Order: sequence, then structure tokens, then C-alpha cells
Amino acid sequence: MSSPAALAGRGVLRRALRHPSFASGGALTLLLVGVAALSLAWTPHSAYLIQVRQRLLPPSGLHWLGTDTLGRDVLSMLMVGAQNSIMVGVVAVSIGLTAGVALGLLAAARRGWVEEAVMRLADFGFAFPAILLAILFTAVFGPSAVNAIIAIGIFNVPVFARIGRAAANVVWAREFVLAARAAGKGRLRITLEHVLPNILPILVVQATIQFAIAILAEAALSYLGLGTQPPNPSWGRMLNEAQTMIFTAPLLAVFPGIAIALSVLGLNLMGDGLRDLVDPRLARAR
Amino acid sequence: MSVFLARRLATLLATLLFTSLVVFLVLEVLPGDPAEVILGTEATAETLAALRAKLGLDRPAAERYVTWVAALATGDFGLSHAYSQRIWPLIAERMAVTLPLAVMAMVLTTVLALLLGVYAAAHHNKPADAAIMAVSQLGISIPSFWFAILLILLFAVELGWFSAGGFPGWSKGFWPALQALVLPAAALALVQAAILARITRSAVLETMREDYVRTARAKGLGRDRVLWRHVLRNALVPVVTIMGLQFGNLLTGTIVIEQVFTLPGLGRLVFQAISNRDLALIENVTVLFAFIVVSINFLVDLLYAAIDPRLKARDV
Repeated sequence: MSSPAALAGRGVLRRALRHPSFASGGALTLLLVGVAALSLAWTPHSAYLIQVRQRLLPPSGLHWLGTDTLGRDVLSMLMVGAQNSIMVGVVAVSIGLTAGVALGLLAAARRGWVEEAVMRLADFGFAFPAILLAILFTAVFGPSAVNAIIAIGIFNVPVFARIGRAAANVVWAREFVLAARAAGKGRLRITLEHVLPNILPILVVQATIQFAIAILAEAALSYLGLGTQPPNPSWGRMLNEAQTMIFTAPLLAVFPGIAIALSVLGLNLMGDGLRDLVDPRLARAR
Repeated sequence: MSVFLARRLATLLATLLFTSLVVFLVLEVLPGDPAEVILGTEATAETLAALRAKLGLDRPAAERYVTWVAALATGDFGLSHAYSQRIWPLIAERMAVTLPLAVMAMVLTTVLALLLGVYAAAHHNKPADAAIMAVSQLGISIPSFWFAILLILLFAVELGWFSAGGFPGWSKGFWPALQALVLPAAALALVQAAILARITRSAVLETMREDYVRTARAKGLGRDRVLWRHVLRNALVPVVTIMGLQFGNLLTGTIVIEQVFTLPGLGRLVFQAISNRDLALIENVTVLFAFIVVSINFLVDLLYAAIDPRLKARDV
């Protein structure tokens, strides 16, 4: 027997490909993942090879997007940078999802002071600016990709805690949960067997959007020199290096930005589309 | 009202206390020895001991925290280790750049977002609406610091209308200083305006479905008059809330944008403090940022209750 969530999921999938913003966003996201996967096996040149004599070459047949100040191939760096962005998004969102959803589910299952405490903690998370948290982290532990990811991940926790709790509370009020309680199932079992599967679609939508925010945040931190460190290519740091050359090689400041914007646009469109598909009421209201 | 106010005020104070605690824990307790953070790992035992004594680090952490918060409550930000001067004048000097920048960006955001949002709603499901929505979707996806670099490329490198960065200071005259803030403010405003325009549009669309709007139209009031007088006023409630949150975002957004345009504001002060390992300065500026953000949210809460009395009733 299929659960209601699984049935809804199948329906969503069928409509998804016909939904314009989901389809276009999905295509962009697939492109991002495809490029990152391809770069694991092949890039036109090495993204790490420094050839000072080849520095600041304009786009050509050999170097499609030209070379940077150290003579590295820009296209290859962008391709490897895609791995970096995906990694940041996946890890930061996973941290937020795991801790946040656990807290949200706990709040919904326990109610009372536990719920109150979780929600106040979430409020605090919203009040404290994420970039400051990241700066504090890097001030103490030193700038690194890992520290940037942890800071972004922590910022995601209250987001998922709040959404997880709100969605779980709705499920707890449903009749099939009442039936499960009457059948003698405990809170943990109900949470895992009934609540979690039913709030999954909402969590997936939010995860998509947080993924996009994580890519933006990591780019900003790397631009500031607080994220990914050399020689690993990252789109944010490429923009930082390009800015010093803005009068001689303006194009260098264009390509990494396009890569970031397209990735974020793809994820945002996909998230919007998913939201319409998961909650058709919202789609009608628009 | 007083119960509502007291509740909100208590939340504000609790959030501020918690913020200061987190900042203190991250900077002074987590790393083990703050003196080592300040001096680096190569410092000798004597210099470390001397600094510990000078900064009072030989006292227990709880005592140091209480002393610090008590001083903060009286407006005493303490001494900067790297600048060897009091922190408050340093902050005040940098505020003269960051605050006008954030306010300019907020004004730009509001004007752009209200115009675009209301226009899109008034032309719901027409090409203009679709175009505005598409542009705002793009605006949300573009990192503000990249948009800043693009603005520099166009207006500083290609056209030469503005300088690529730097700040002449207010003492050199009002206009040159203001001019130096135009591109940074525009860069900050783009993303926030895109978000706010979408929210304005959906709030206006929602309000347009209300009965009193139909009544106003049935009374014979013109379309534009109903839109701007009746609809917008009621749609403003969610818009104002988001604006409050956005001012906080703009303020912390200045940290990145000031780096792009090398503006001597609070954000750059934080960065210099990090490279100087000036813990006291980092602590105090961070708490100040959080204080401003939390206070604005508090004010928005009050404003929100004033606009919509139903909220107050629910809260008590």
C-alpha cells in the first residue's frame, strides 16, 4: 500500500515536466550538475596550471573564455568551481536539514516548553545576521571552505526548524495520526512513519531555495577571502581576483558572475515550480 | 498596549543578551586562549602572559562576560587593541559612511519596489507583469557584489561617470561624498528591490480581491484612486514588515559592498579588525550590528501592531 505522500509524489512528478519554471529551472540545475560531473573527468585545460606567459589572454579557440592573471584557463576554473558550489550547497543544506528538521519535529511532537524553546532559538537565528556569524567563525578558526560551509549550515538550522515544526503541526492534527495514536504508536514512531513522510515535499522545496542561498553566501564569503582558499577554484574568489584587473581584462569579472547567477536562477526557478506543484493553492493565488 | 510592549521589549533584551553571549563564546571561549588568537601561535610565554594581564584574561570567563555586558549597557565599548584608542569614536567615524549608504539603498529599494510591484499587480497577467516578474527573478539570483562589479564596469570603466571605489569623506563636500555612495547603494538595492517588488505585487493582488475594494469601485471611484488610496494602504502591512527585515539585510550587506568599493565603513572596520586580530573591536562591532538589526525588527513589530490592531489583541 502506498502512503498519501508517495501517491502525491507520483502526481507531482507527472505535472512537473509540464510546469514551465520547474522545467527551465531543472534544466539549468542539470546543466550545473552535468558540468561539475564532467569536470571530474575532463576539463579543456588544467584548472590549476599556472602559465604566466599565457596570462590575460582574450577568449580564443584554444582558451574559450580566455585566461586569468596567472595564465590559468578560465573555462576550466569555472567547471571545477561548479564542484565547489555544489559541495557547499549539499553540505550546508544537509547540516540545516538534519539539525533543523530534527528540532522542528521534536517541537511538534513534544509541544509545551520544548516547542517554545526551539522557536525562540529559531527567532534568535533569524535575528543574528548570517554573514556576521561567518565572519566570527573565520576570525577565530581562520578562513577556510570548511568553516564557511559550517557557518552557512548553522544559518540554515533555524530556517528548517521553523518550517519543519509548522508543517509537522499540521500533520499532527490529521485523523490518520489520531488513528495511529489510538493504535498505540508512540510519538517517535508516529513522527518517523507518518509526520516525516508527509512534510517531505515542503522540506524539498525549502532545501532547493536554501541551496541557492548557500551558493550565493559561499560566493560572497570566498569573494571576501573567507571561504575557499587558493589554489582551489571558486567562483567568488575568481571575481575577487578579476576585480583587480577590471581595467585591463573586464571580461574576467563577467564569466564567474554569470555562472553564479545561472546556478542560483536555476535552483530558484525549480524551487518556485516545486512549490506550485506541492501546494496548488499557492499557484492559483498568483 | 503595555502588555504587548513589555512582552516585545523582554524578547528584545533576551535576544540581545543571547547575541552577546554567542559572540563572547565564539571569540573568547571556543578558541581557548584569546591572547593566543591576538598574538598568533609564535608569541612567547612572557608576551602572552603580559597581554593576558593587560586584557584581564586571567580572570574567569563568566566574570569577563559580565564586566563586558555591564560596560556595553552603559555605552562603553572599551579599547581597541590594534588602534590603541577607544572603540566608540572609531565606530562613530565609520557609521558616517555605512548608515547613509544603508539609508540610500533602502530609499532606492522602496521606491523601485513599490512602483514595480504596484504596476505589475495593476497589469496582472499582462506582458508588463510577466516582464517585471522575470526581471525580479533575475535580480534575486544575482549576487549583489557581482552586480556591484558590473556597475563599476559600466559606469566607472566604460563611461567614467563615477569612480571605481573609495570615499572622499564628508568634509570634502556633500555632493562628492554622496556621489561615491550612488553605485554602492544601487548595488545593494537591486536584490532587495527585486524581493520587495514581488511581495508588494502579491500583497496588492491579494488586497484587490477584498470586498471593500469592489465597493469602492462600485461607488464610482477611479481605478488609480482605488489602487493607490485603498489597496496600497492595506497592502502595506506585509510590505512594511519585510522592509524592516530588509534594512537589516542592507546593513549587513554593506559589509560586502564596502569591500567592493573600498568604502571606509563599519564593514571594512570589521575586516581590518579580523586581520589585526583585534578581538575587542570584532566583538563590539558585531554586537552593534546585531543590536541595530534586532532593534529595527522590534520597531517594525510595534509599527505592525499600530497598523493592524488585530495582532495586538491576538498577542495578549
